[in-house]
Amino acid sequence: MMRPLFLLAAMFALTGASQPLLVPDISAREVQIRYSFTGAQLLLFGAIIYPGGRVPDEPAEVAVVLKGPVESILMREKEKVAGIWMNVESHHFRSAPGFYAVASSAPLDSLVDERTAAIYELGLENLQLSPGGGARPEKERRFEAGLIDLRARQQLYKQEPNGVEISEGVLYRARISIPSRVPVGTYTAETYLIQDGRVLAVATRDIVIDKTGFERFIAISAVRHPWLYGLAAVTISLLLGAFAAFLFRKSE
Amino acid sequence: MDIYLPIAGMSVNALLIVALGALVGILSGLFGVGGGFLTTPFLIFYGISPTVAVASATTQITGTSVSGVAAHMKRRGVDFHMGAVLIAGGLLGSVVGAGLFRLLQASGQVDLVIGFLYVIMLGSIGGLMLRDALVALGWLEPRTKRKARRRHNKWVASLPLRWRFYASGLYISPLAPLILGFLSGILTVLLGVGGGFIVVPAMIYLLGMSPRVVVGTSLVMMLAVAAATTLVHSLTTFAVDIVLATLLLAGSVVGAQYGARLANVIKPDYLRLGLALMILGVAIRMLLGLAWQPSEVYSIVQL
Repeated sequence: MMRPLFLLAAMFALTGASQPLLVPDISAREVQIRYSFTGAQLLLFGAIIYPGGRVPDEPAEVAVVLKGPVESILMREKEKVAGIWMNVESHHFRSAPGFYAVASSAPLDSLVDERTAAIYELGLENLQLSPGGGARPEKERRFEAGLIDLRARQQLYKQEPNGVEISEGVLYRARISIPSRVPVGTYTAETYLIQDGRVLAVATRDIVIDKTGFERFIAISAVRHPWLYGLAAVTISLLLGAFAAFLFRKSE
Repeated sequence: MDIYLPIAGMSVNALLIVALGALVGILSGLFGVGGGFLTTPFLIFYGISPTVAVASATTQITGTSVSGVAAHMKRRGVDFHMGAVLIAGGLLGSVVGAGLFRLLQASGQVDLVIGFLYVIMLGSIGGLMLRDALVALGWLEPRTKRKARRRHNKWVASLPLRWRFYASGLYISPLAPLILGFLSGILTVLLGVGGGFIVVPAMIYLLGMSPRVVVGTSLVMMLAVAAATTLVHSLTTFAVDIVLATLLLAGSVVGAQYGARLANVIKPDYLRLGLALMILGVAIRMLLGLAWQPSEVYSIVQL
């Protein structure tokens, strides 16, 4: 009688299944930007598999992070000089994500301590922006705050403390909306299972956001064939203008 | 109806952009100005990056000036000799302007310079127009002592190398129109304006051209310089958004028709008053951005 139970427990211990597992998925693996693109909504969902299939009395919490491609950026700050606002100081960030959204089932600071949050880059204040060296820490912090504020207002950086819904303790889902001005590239969706301030499991999926069809054609030709592209732009405008002139003559 | 702009990398309300184009078209039909001074700032307020706004506005100016040129050519209102000199200067200016744009971008002061140029140019021209319009409407006393204006400007007359420009009725140095074209070429690249509202007064008051050919010749120059600037922008900044320019043009092509008809209905002095107020409005908005409160303290450049 005791033997099979013992075996079962041993199996869980050997396969690491005493830890809960994450089975994540995303509503779309690629997002296509077409002429009618006004942004998109991604559903990040999945299941939490507890050992033995039993939900513990204190179920784990979930945080999901959707992160865009990192860019090297130069930030400039306007200051009032002799009554005129002009760019004075600038600061370089070598790895600022073009998009960053974090949603969690409870406020992040109640889930993990600062050190854990920093390790896993959880939360806007924990982004690893790789600032260029040599700057005073307070200047660096000021620019970081400025970047986060600017991009938060553009809907590019966001933090939703109660954005993850967990039903029956095992199914989680989070909606993340991306605005139309997102950069294109490969995004990563990370799901974190957190209990007692520890990250129990991490799962990652990639999402590709890219321009397709006509939009892709335009964006590529502008860079690869600038001569033809410029001539095409001039021709279109000349034709439309000539068409107008023709209409004028007809109506007069 | 929202449409995604592939170069600007964001979606905009297509109807709003077409409406802006139509408004600019009406203006250009009414007054013969390109309307770039309205398009560019509006696009920037809308959230489109300044470089894309400036580059795409030049494409729109190209199209809008075509119909004007056609009309003026029909009634022989173009001095091609003078136009060629202006265009030569304008092309030179647009290339130099592109270099200047890059330098300013690198130094990070491009918004400041663009803002300043807008405030100074629009402010002074809007002010002059407002005064003119108020005097014409009889709401303001004209200046009592008016010096008799000499037809030929002292500095223009002192330039060496004189040519005969028959259609303009002038015997002056080609250097003067060359410099004028050069300056307006720089402005076209930097500000995305056709420069019509600078060139036309300069042709009348500085060069002393015969008024019959002023508007037509300036339109020919604007057309050539705006077309060249579109090319320069496609080659250097890669910022011409064909979709944006087409939307703007679709509006302005239709708007220009109605503008020309409206011009026969409304009293011209009221029209000038309206235009002056609009120009001053844009200038004041720009000035507020410079002196009182910029829309954003931080700006981001991708490296």
